[in-house]
Amino acid sequence: MSNVTPKSAALMGAKNGSPFILVLLPFAVLFGVLANQAGLSIEAAFGFSLLVIAGSAQFAALQLLTEDAAIPLILLASLSVNLRMAMYSASLVPHLGKAPLWQRALVAYLNFDQSYAVSSAKYQEEPNWSVPAKVAYFLGVATPLATIWYVMTLVGVLVGTSIPQEWGLDFILPITFIGLFAPMLRTLAHLAAAGTSVFVALIFVSLPSGMGVLIAALCAMVVGVVVETWMEKRGAL
Amino acid sequence: MIANEKVWTVIVLLAIGTFLIRFSFLGLVGDRELPPIILKALRYTPVAVLPGMVAPLVLWPAATQGVTDPLRLFAALVTLGVGMWRKSFMPAALSGAVAFYGGLWVLNLAS
Repeated sequence: MSNVTPKSAALMGAKNGSPFILVLLPFAVLFGVLANQAGLSIEAAFGFSLLVIAGSAQFAALQLLTEDAAIPLILLASLSVNLRMAMYSASLVPHLGKAPLWQRALVAYLNFDQSYAVSSAKYQEEPNWSVPAKVAYFLGVATPLATIWYVMTLVGVLVGTSIPQEWGLDFILPITFIGLFAPMLRTLAHLAAAGTSVFVALIFVSLPSGMGVLIAALCAMVVGVVVETWMEKRGAL
Repeated sequence: MIANEKVWTVIVLLAIGTFLIRFSFLGLVGDRELPPIILKALRYTPVAVLPGMVAPLVLWPAATQGVTDPLRLFAALVTLGVGMWRKSFMPAALSGAVAFYGGLWVLNLAS
Protein backbone atom coordinates (compact mmCIF):
# COMPACT_ATOMS: atom_id res chain seq x y z
CA MET A 1 0.00 0.00 0.00
CA SER A 2 2.24 2.76 -1.22
CA ASN A 3 -0.48 5.35 -1.81
CA VAL A 4 -3.03 6.49 0.72
CA THR A 5 -5.25 9.52 1.02
CA PRO A 6 -4.26 12.06 3.70
CA LYS A 7 -7.50 11.23 5.49
CA SER A 8 -6.79 7.53 5.80
CA ALA A 9 -3.18 8.32 6.74
CA ALA A 10 -4.42 10.59 9.55
CA LEU A 11 -6.77 7.88 10.85
CA MET A 12 -3.98 5.33 10.70
CA GLY A 13 -1.76 7.75 12.62
CA ALA A 14 -4.37 8.22 15.33
CA LYS A 15 -4.67 4.45 15.67
CA ASN A 16 -0.92 3.81 15.77
CA GLY A 17 -0.41 6.60 18.31
CA SER A 18 -3.21 5.52 20.63
CA PRO A 19 -1.17 3.12 22.82
CA PHE A 20 0.88 6.12 23.93
CA ILE A 21 -2.19 7.65 25.54
CA LEU A 22 -1.50 5.28 28.42
CA VAL A 23 2.06 6.63 28.70
CA LEU A 24 1.20 10.31 28.49
CA LEU A 25 -1.95 10.33 30.59
CA PRO A 26 -0.43 9.63 34.03
CA PHE A 27 2.56 11.78 33.14
CA ALA A 28 0.35 14.77 32.35
CA VAL A 29 -1.72 14.28 35.51
CA LEU A 30 1.51 14.13 37.49
CA PHE A 31 2.73 17.38 35.98
CA GLY A 32 -0.54 19.07 36.93
CA VAL A 33 -0.38 17.74 40.49
CA LEU A 34 3.23 18.81 41.01
CA ALA A 35 2.71 22.21 39.39
CA ASN A 36 -0.19 22.75 41.76
CA GLN A 37 1.87 21.66 44.78
CA ALA A 38 4.67 24.00 43.72
CA GLY A 39 2.18 26.86 43.90
CA LEU A 40 1.61 27.45 40.18
CA SER A 41 -1.78 28.74 39.12
CA ILE A 42 -3.99 26.52 36.95
CA GLU A 43 -3.35 28.93 34.04
CA ALA A 44 0.42 28.60 34.44
CA ALA A 45 0.29 24.79 34.62
CA PHE A 46 -1.90 24.72 31.52
CA GLY A 47 0.32 27.31 29.82
CA PHE A 48 3.31 25.04 30.33
CA SER A 49 1.57 22.05 28.74
CA LEU A 50 0.01 24.05 25.91
CA LEU A 51 2.98 26.24 24.94
CA VAL A 52 6.01 24.14 25.85
CA ILE A 53 4.46 20.69 25.31
CA ALA A 54 7.61 18.78 26.36
CA GLY A 55 7.34 16.59 29.44
CA SER A 56 10.90 16.30 30.74
CA ALA A 57 11.66 19.98 30.13
CA GLN A 58 8.46 21.00 31.93
CA PHE A 59 9.40 18.90 34.96
CA ALA A 60 12.95 20.27 34.89
CA ALA A 61 11.72 23.87 34.72
CA LEU A 62 9.26 23.20 37.54
CA GLN A 63 11.98 21.74 39.75
CA LEU A 64 14.32 24.69 39.12
CA LEU A 65 11.50 27.19 39.69
CA THR A 66 10.87 25.68 43.14
CA GLU A 67 14.62 25.95 43.84
CA ASP A 68 14.35 29.63 42.88
CA ALA A 69 17.08 29.32 40.25
CA ALA A 70 17.79 32.33 38.03
CA ILE A 71 15.72 32.50 34.83
CA PRO A 72 18.65 32.09 32.36
CA LEU A 73 19.78 28.96 34.24
CA ILE A 74 16.26 27.50 34.25
CA LEU A 75 16.02 28.11 30.50
CA LEU A 76 19.45 26.69 29.69
CA ALA A 77 18.91 23.52 31.72
CA SER A 78 15.37 22.91 30.43
CA LEU A 79 16.26 23.68 26.82
CA SER A 80 19.23 21.36 26.93
CA VAL A 81 16.82 18.55 27.85
CA ASN A 82 15.03 19.41 24.59
CA LEU A 83 18.10 19.53 22.37
CA ARG A 84 17.45 15.97 21.24
CA MET A 85 14.47 17.40 19.34
CA ALA A 86 16.88 19.16 16.96
CA MET A 87 17.86 15.65 15.95
CA TYR A 88 14.20 14.71 15.42
CA SER A 89 13.73 17.86 13.39
CA ALA A 90 16.70 17.01 11.18
CA SER A 91 15.57 13.46 10.58
CA LEU A 92 12.08 14.57 9.45
CA VAL A 93 13.50 16.82 6.72
CA PRO A 94 13.80 14.10 4.03
CA HIS A 95 10.10 13.25 4.53
CA LEU A 96 8.40 16.54 5.33
CA GLY A 97 10.89 19.14 4.07
CA LYS A 98 8.75 19.87 1.00
CA ALA A 99 5.52 20.52 2.91
CA PRO A 100 4.23 24.13 3.11
CA LEU A 101 5.84 26.27 5.80
CA TRP A 102 2.75 26.43 8.02
CA GLN A 103 2.49 22.64 8.02
CA ARG A 104 6.15 22.29 8.91
CA ALA A 105 5.62 24.80 11.73
CA LEU A 106 2.65 22.79 13.00
CA VAL A 107 4.63 19.55 12.85
CA ALA A 108 7.50 21.28 14.68
CA TYR A 109 5.18 22.42 17.47
CA LEU A 110 3.82 18.85 17.83
CA ASN A 111 7.21 17.13 17.55
CA PHE A 112 7.64 15.28 20.85
CA ASP A 113 9.17 11.88 21.64
CA GLN A 114 6.10 9.77 20.89
CA SER A 115 4.84 11.56 17.79
CA TYR A 116 8.34 11.51 16.35
CA ALA A 117 9.01 7.85 17.18
CA VAL A 118 5.73 6.57 15.71
CA SER A 119 5.87 8.74 12.57
CA SER A 120 9.51 8.21 11.69
CA ALA A 121 9.02 4.44 12.02
CA LYS A 122 6.09 4.68 9.58
CA TYR A 123 8.12 6.78 7.11
CA GLN A 124 10.80 4.07 7.09
CA GLU A 125 8.11 1.54 6.18
CA GLU A 126 6.34 3.73 3.62
CA PRO A 127 8.95 5.99 2.02
CA ASN A 128 6.80 6.44 -1.08
CA TRP A 129 3.82 8.04 0.61
CA SER A 130 2.97 11.51 -0.69
CA VAL A 131 4.09 14.49 1.41
CA PRO A 132 0.46 15.41 2.31
CA ALA A 133 -0.13 11.83 3.48
CA LYS A 134 3.02 11.93 5.60
CA VAL A 135 2.02 15.27 7.16
CA ALA A 136 -1.52 13.95 7.80
CA TYR A 137 -0.10 10.82 9.42
CA PHE A 138 2.10 12.91 11.75
CA LEU A 139 -0.81 15.13 12.76
CA GLY A 140 -2.99 12.04 13.19
CA VAL A 141 -0.51 10.62 15.69
CA ALA A 142 0.21 13.88 17.49
CA THR A 143 -3.15 15.64 17.80
CA PRO A 144 -4.95 13.16 20.11
CA LEU A 145 -1.81 12.74 22.22
CA ALA A 146 -1.36 16.52 22.57
CA THR A 147 -5.03 16.88 23.53
CA ILE A 148 -4.60 14.25 26.26
CA TRP A 149 -1.53 16.15 27.44
CA TYR A 150 -3.40 19.47 27.81
CA VAL A 151 -6.59 18.09 29.34
CA MET A 152 -4.89 15.74 31.78
CA THR A 153 -2.63 18.55 33.01
CA LEU A 154 -5.79 20.40 34.03
CA VAL A 155 -7.15 17.26 35.69
CA GLY A 156 -3.84 16.96 37.54
CA VAL A 157 -4.08 20.51 38.88
CA LEU A 158 -7.60 19.81 40.15
CA VAL A 159 -6.49 16.52 41.72
CA GLY A 160 -3.50 18.33 43.25
CA THR A 161 -5.69 20.81 45.10
CA SER A 162 -7.20 17.93 47.07
CA ILE A 163 -3.89 16.33 48.03
CA PRO A 164 -2.54 17.46 51.41
CA GLN A 165 1.10 18.66 51.52
CA GLU A 166 1.90 15.98 54.17
CA TRP A 167 1.79 13.26 51.53
CA GLY A 168 5.46 13.77 50.76
CA LEU A 169 4.89 14.44 47.07
CA ASP A 170 8.27 16.20 47.06
CA PHE A 171 9.88 12.89 46.24
CA ILE A 172 7.66 12.08 43.26
CA LEU A 173 9.64 14.49 41.06
CA PRO A 174 13.01 12.77 41.58
CA ILE A 175 11.30 9.42 40.98
CA THR A 176 9.83 10.81 37.76
CA PHE A 177 13.25 11.97 36.54
CA ILE A 178 14.86 8.62 37.35
CA GLY A 179 12.00 6.79 35.63
CA LEU A 180 12.64 8.95 32.57
CA PHE A 181 16.36 8.44 32.20
CA ALA A 182 16.87 4.91 33.60
CA PRO A 183 15.38 3.21 30.48
CA MET A 184 17.84 5.18 28.33
CA LEU A 185 20.87 3.66 30.04
CA ARG A 186 21.28 0.99 27.38
CA THR A 187 24.94 1.37 26.49
CA LEU A 188 28.21 1.84 28.36
CA ALA A 189 28.43 5.35 26.88
CA HIS A 190 25.01 6.31 28.27
CA LEU A 191 25.94 4.86 31.68
CA ALA A 192 29.22 6.78 31.66
CA ALA A 193 27.43 10.00 30.72
CA ALA A 194 24.84 9.55 33.48
CA GLY A 195 27.53 8.69 36.05
CA THR A 196 29.53 11.78 35.07
CA SER A 197 26.44 13.93 35.34
CA VAL A 198 25.75 12.71 38.89
CA PHE A 199 29.37 13.03 40.00
CA VAL A 200 29.94 16.54 38.63
CA ALA A 201 26.55 17.81 39.83
CA LEU A 202 27.34 16.64 43.37
CA ILE A 203 30.76 18.35 43.29
CA PHE A 204 29.19 21.66 42.22
CA VAL A 205 26.10 21.41 44.39
CA SER A 206 26.97 24.58 46.33
CA LEU A 207 26.94 26.75 43.17
CA PRO A 208 23.80 28.80 42.54
CA SER A 209 20.87 26.54 41.75
CA GLY A 210 20.90 25.27 38.16
CA MET A 211 24.57 26.12 37.51
CA GLY A 212 25.98 22.78 38.70
CA VAL A 213 23.55 20.87 36.50
CA LEU A 214 24.71 22.77 33.42
CA ILE A 215 28.39 22.11 34.06
CA ALA A 216 27.52 18.47 34.80
CA ALA A 217 25.52 18.16 31.56
CA LEU A 218 28.35 19.53 29.43
CA CYS A 219 30.90 17.17 31.00
CA ALA A 220 28.47 14.25 30.65
CA MET A 221 27.87 14.90 26.94
CA VAL A 222 31.60 15.01 26.28
CA VAL A 223 32.10 11.76 28.21
CA GLY A 224 29.20 10.12 26.33
CA VAL A 225 30.67 11.03 22.94
CA VAL A 226 34.22 10.05 23.95
CA VAL A 227 33.13 6.65 25.31
CA GLU A 228 30.94 5.98 22.28
CA THR A 229 33.78 6.84 19.89
CA TRP A 230 36.12 4.66 21.92
CA MET A 231 33.66 1.74 21.85
CA GLU A 232 33.28 2.09 18.08
CA LYS A 233 37.04 2.03 17.59
CA ARG A 234 37.32 -1.01 19.83
CA GLY A 235 34.53 -2.73 17.92
CA ALA A 236 36.21 -1.93 14.62
CA LEU A 237 39.53 -3.47 15.58
CA MET B 1 5.36 30.61 46.48
CA ILE B 2 7.00 31.46 43.18
CA ALA B 3 6.36 34.90 41.67
CA ASN B 4 3.79 34.66 38.90
CA GLU B 5 5.78 36.94 36.54
CA LYS B 6 8.80 34.67 36.85
CA VAL B 7 6.73 31.59 36.07
CA TRP B 8 5.24 33.20 32.95
CA THR B 9 8.60 34.52 31.78
CA VAL B 10 9.97 30.97 31.99
CA ILE B 11 6.91 29.52 30.23
CA VAL B 12 7.01 31.96 27.31
CA LEU B 13 10.79 31.88 26.77
CA LEU B 14 10.91 28.10 27.18
CA ALA B 15 8.05 27.76 24.69
CA ILE B 16 9.86 29.93 22.13
CA GLY B 17 13.19 28.16 22.66
CA THR B 18 11.63 24.71 22.45
CA PHE B 19 9.75 25.63 19.29
CA LEU B 20 12.92 26.97 17.67
CA ILE B 21 14.75 23.72 18.48
CA ARG B 22 11.91 21.70 16.94
CA PHE B 23 11.60 24.01 13.94
CA SER B 24 15.36 24.31 13.38
CA PHE B 25 16.07 21.85 10.61
CA LEU B 26 12.57 21.28 9.37
CA GLY B 27 11.85 24.97 9.04
CA LEU B 28 15.07 26.85 8.61
CA VAL B 29 18.16 24.82 7.97
CA GLY B 30 16.62 22.36 5.54
CA ASP B 31 18.29 19.31 4.14
CA ARG B 32 21.79 19.82 5.43
CA GLU B 33 23.93 17.21 7.13
CA LEU B 34 24.87 17.81 10.75
CA PRO B 35 28.46 17.13 11.76
CA PRO B 36 28.44 13.57 13.19
CA ILE B 37 29.96 14.72 16.47
CA ILE B 38 27.02 17.10 17.06
CA LEU B 39 24.54 14.33 16.25
CA LYS B 40 26.29 12.10 18.75
CA ALA B 41 26.32 14.76 21.46
CA LEU B 42 22.60 15.50 20.99
CA ARG B 43 21.76 11.89 21.75
CA TYR B 44 23.21 12.26 25.24
CA THR B 45 21.35 15.38 26.35
CA PRO B 46 18.63 13.67 28.45
CA VAL B 47 21.05 11.35 30.26
CA ALA B 48 23.45 14.27 30.70
CA VAL B 49 20.95 16.64 32.31
CA LEU B 50 18.45 14.58 34.31
CA PRO B 51 20.82 12.48 36.49
CA GLY B 52 22.70 15.59 37.60
CA MET B 53 19.46 17.30 38.47
CA VAL B 54 18.19 14.35 40.46
CA ALA B 55 21.31 13.36 42.42
CA PRO B 56 21.28 16.19 44.99
CA LEU B 57 17.50 15.79 45.42
CA VAL B 58 18.02 12.13 46.30
CA LEU B 59 21.05 12.51 48.56
CA TRP B 60 20.09 15.73 50.34
CA PRO B 61 16.30 16.11 50.16
CA ALA B 62 14.80 19.46 51.13
CA ALA B 63 11.99 17.62 52.96
CA THR B 64 14.51 16.27 55.52
CA GLN B 65 16.41 19.60 55.70
CA GLY B 66 19.19 18.14 53.57
CA VAL B 67 19.85 15.11 55.78
CA THR B 68 20.31 11.90 53.77
CA ASP B 69 17.21 9.77 54.15
CA PRO B 70 17.72 5.99 53.72
CA LEU B 71 14.12 5.53 52.55
CA ARG B 72 14.39 8.14 49.74
CA LEU B 73 17.75 6.69 48.69
CA PHE B 74 16.23 3.21 48.61
CA ALA B 75 13.21 4.32 46.58
CA ALA B 76 15.51 6.09 44.10
CA LEU B 77 17.62 2.95 43.64
CA VAL B 78 14.49 0.83 43.14
CA THR B 79 13.30 3.25 40.42
CA LEU B 80 16.70 3.19 38.74
CA GLY B 81 16.97 -0.59 38.88
CA VAL B 82 13.48 -1.29 37.58
CA GLY B 83 13.87 1.37 34.89
CA MET B 84 17.10 -0.16 33.61
CA TRP B 85 15.64 -3.65 33.79
CA ARG B 86 12.21 -3.06 32.23
CA LYS B 87 13.32 -0.17 29.97
CA SER B 88 10.08 1.67 30.46
CA PHE B 89 8.87 4.69 32.45
CA MET B 90 5.71 3.39 34.11
CA PRO B 91 7.05 0.25 35.83
CA ALA B 92 10.04 2.27 37.09
CA ALA B 93 8.04 5.19 38.44
CA LEU B 94 5.37 2.95 39.98
CA SER B 95 7.94 0.74 41.74
CA GLY B 96 9.70 3.81 43.05
CA ALA B 97 6.45 5.25 44.38
CA VAL B 98 5.48 1.91 45.95
CA ALA B 99 8.93 1.61 47.55
CA PHE B 100 8.68 5.15 48.95
CA TYR B 101 5.10 5.07 50.23
CA GLY B 102 5.34 1.42 51.29
CA GLY B 103 8.47 2.33 53.24
CA LEU B 104 6.77 5.33 54.87
CA TRP B 105 3.86 3.13 55.87
CA VAL B 106 6.11 0.45 57.39
CA LEU B 107 8.11 3.09 59.27
CA ASN B 108 4.87 4.59 60.62
CA LEU B 109 3.75 1.16 61.84
CA ALA B 110 7.11 0.58 63.52
CA SER B 111 7.18 3.91 65.34
